[in-house]
Amino acid sequence: MKFLRKTFDKYKPLFNKGGKFEKFAPGFNAFDTLFFVPDHTTKTGAHIRDGVDLKRIMVTVIFALVPATIFGMWNIGFQHFSQLGESKPFLELLLYGAIRFMPMVAVSYGVGLGIEFLFGIIRGHEINEGYLVSGLLIPLVMPIEMPLWMLGVSVAFAVLIGKEAFGGTGMNIWNPALVARAFAFFSYAPSMSGDKVWVVDAATTDGISGETILGTLAANDEATYSVFDMFMGYIPGSVGETSVLMILIGALFLILTGVGSWRIMLSTVLGGALMGLVFNAFGVNELMKFPWWQHLLVGGFAFGAVFMATDPVSAAQTRTGKWIYGFLIGIFAILIRVFNGAYPEGVMMAILLMNVFAPTIDHYVIGANIKRRKKRLKAT
Amino acid sequence: MPSPLIAKMERFSHCALKPSDFKGLTPKLNIKEGNEVVVGDPLFHDKSNPKIVFTSPVAGVVDKVVRGAKRRIASVVVKANKQQTFKDFGIGDPKNSSTATIKAKILESGCWAFIKQRPYDIIANPADQPKAIFVSSFDSHPLSNDYSFSLSSKKEDFKVGLEVLSKLTEGDVHVGLDQEVSFFESSCEGIAQTTRFIGKHPAGNVGTQIAHINPINQGERVWVVNAQDVTIIGALFRTGNYMPYRNIALVGSQVDNPCYYQVTIGQGMGSIIRGKIDETHPYRIISGNVLTGSKVTKDGFIGFYDNEITVIPEGKIHRFLGWIPFVGSRSVHSNSRTSFSWLFSKTAYQPNTNLNGEERAMVVTGEMERVMPMDIYPMQLLKAALAKDIEKMEQLGIYEVAPEDFALIDYISSSKIEAQEIIREGIDLMIKEVG
Repeated sequence: MKFLRKTFDKYKPLFNKGGKFEKFAPGFNAFDTLFFVPDHTTKTGAHIRDGVDLKRIMVTVIFALVPATIFGMWNIGFQHFSQLGESKPFLELLLYGAIRFMPMVAVSYGVGLGIEFLFGIIRGHEINEGYLVSGLLIPLVMPIEMPLWMLGVSVAFAVLIGKEAFGGTGMNIWNPALVARAFAFFSYAPSMSGDKVWVVDAATTDGISGETILGTLAANDEATYSVFDMFMGYIPGSVGETSVLMILIGALFLILTGVGSWRIMLSTVLGGALMGLVFNAFGVNELMKFPWWQHLLVGGFAFGAVFMATDPVSAAQTRTGKWIYGFLIGIFAILIRVFNGAYPEGVMMAILLMNVFAPTIDHYVIGANIKRRKKRLKAT
Repeated sequence: MPSPLIAKMERFSHCALKPSDFKGLTPKLNIKEGNEVVVGDPLFHDKSNPKIVFTSPVAGVVDKVVRGAKRRIASVVVKANKQQTFKDFGIGDPKNSSTATIKAKILESGCWAFIKQRPYDIIANPADQPKAIFVSSFDSHPLSNDYSFSLSSKKEDFKVGLEVLSKLTEGDVHVGLDQEVSFFESSCEGIAQTTRFIGKHPAGNVGTQIAHINPINQGERVWVVNAQDVTIIGALFRTGNYMPYRNIALVGSQVDNPCYYQVTIGQGMGSIIRGKIDETHPYRIISGNVLTGSKVTKDGFIGFYDNEITVIPEGKIHRFLGWIPFVGSRSVHSNSRTSFSWLFSKTAYQPNTNLNGEERAMVVTGEMERVMPMDIYPMQLLKAALAKDIEKMEQLGIYEVAPEDFALIDYISSSKIEAQEIIREGIDLMIKEVG
């Protein structure tokens, strides 16, 4: 540790004001602060500060994503081999999935952080921690068979247009991970949907069907997987979304640490449940007949409710606003899912839509506070 | 905990008043270097309201007028005589005096500086009609002065002070009490309304108390006076002299023996802390408390309004992988649940001045509302202040808050934003544009 500190201190003057590499200071500081909490002291305001900072918050979310990530990697192997009729040990399946998933993570972080470094250096501000979480979220919501170059382009779009164009971390309107997915979905639709992309080699091998549950329902067939499979995650889908159990573990961690808003998670579930019930009442086709509570277990619903809708920057920012925001996400997610068979992924659309309306929701919630104040004035 | 006795301070040589202690003030000097003054002689006055004067806390010779950037007056330093002589303002009975006479006496003695107003948290305008006056009898800031102990010898002065205040408003004088039974309650009988506030900080902040008793509306004025300052005003009427003496607490992990001391307003820091600090580690001297106080050097002077001096270790250190959640919960306190600090609630922490992160854009939502016990949306108000949006600030309640109400937000913010500074600048803009 001391050696590391001495090394950083030795090269720091090169990056300080007047140093040879002054322009690249954000890059150097990003590495320095990755290992050490900086030695900055308070200059104004409160003299002592809480130990929490944005790095710690982001790392907490990453911890929450770990169960879903590890399961997802194992599931990549499991889906491939079980559909071939072969049974393999746990570690082999995990390794199989990891070999295919880790390059996606590498591309995501490489392209994303690279662009962030560039912007930090050009704009002259510290590199923010925002991408630490998005970098892991993006590969988790993509199909495993997605070409790496496609992933890279989507990441670039998300970071450039979805985030930096608005001012960087803390200023974005949309959830950057979902911007990446939406971009890929609309630009490269054949590689992002259908039944060939969700399981490894589904496109090339006859015995393997990459069809997801929602894909089956959209084709007006009954789903063949059991509810247990849906809950545990032994189903095809994007890498992180299948196991509701692992997502729930992550959700519990986020709620206990206070980093994820339980209000948004709960209201999304309530909204989805309500819409599912309404459709069950009509029951005209297979999608509508799908039991309302099973809607919560398939597709990206659970993952979206826990990890995507709760992104604090793009969500509603007031307490009351969060209830309304989450509820509407749930409603729209199931609505889009059922009415539009071509978009089995209603959750992504619903969240992006509500991202746009979140400021409007907050505007009216705060309006109530403003009205209260005015009323007090009139009463005096 | 400081030991329960009030020690008399050793003799000191210099005293100073700093115009920067008085927000929004443009000072104009009444004296020149070399002038002789007695306690109560004006040193400078408010350029926009010359009746508001700031008087010398010691009898002696004006030693130095220190100027800073743009020739602004940084401090007026007075070298104290061995014997102290006082200007006589005349003993008065507030019950039998008119409001005009009372105001005149307070103004002439320099005690008007103790009367501040909300909105804006600046010195009150004597021409205003406040709808009420608020005094908080306890300070809930970390390691703050316990007034029920330190002012117990000034009970009579407190009572007279309250009587004076009651003459300054058509409305009520409100005194906020904490859960302990103290002499404040009986002193208020017949003079002031009391309300009990039970809970953690910021229960002792007068802004919090105002918000719960009678929130401020646009166009209204309320006046606030610190509990110890009430006793100084009381002493003025009881003795006829300006008695600028405070019982302060010298606290902080770097103080060898935390204790209460009797000091003079503006006293030199050296005389207060000499020999009492652990010099083995770099430290920061704060005039005031760790959340709202100001940094002073060893050759500095205690702030005009401050009732404690806190000395804490400087935190110019690196922590290896310090951002990992849950690690180091015993050494670095956190209000958030990404740490186990909540399990160690009885542990005394020794916080240093480390920022524990770097300044970032506001990302996390919901953390500020947890430490703001008023009907205010703090994050939105901060953003309105940053955007210099006057109308929005008005709508969101800028008139109801003072920077000290945002001190806890300074502390807990995961983005390390300087909330107190932002609110101060927002308020300054309101003063300039709205008045």
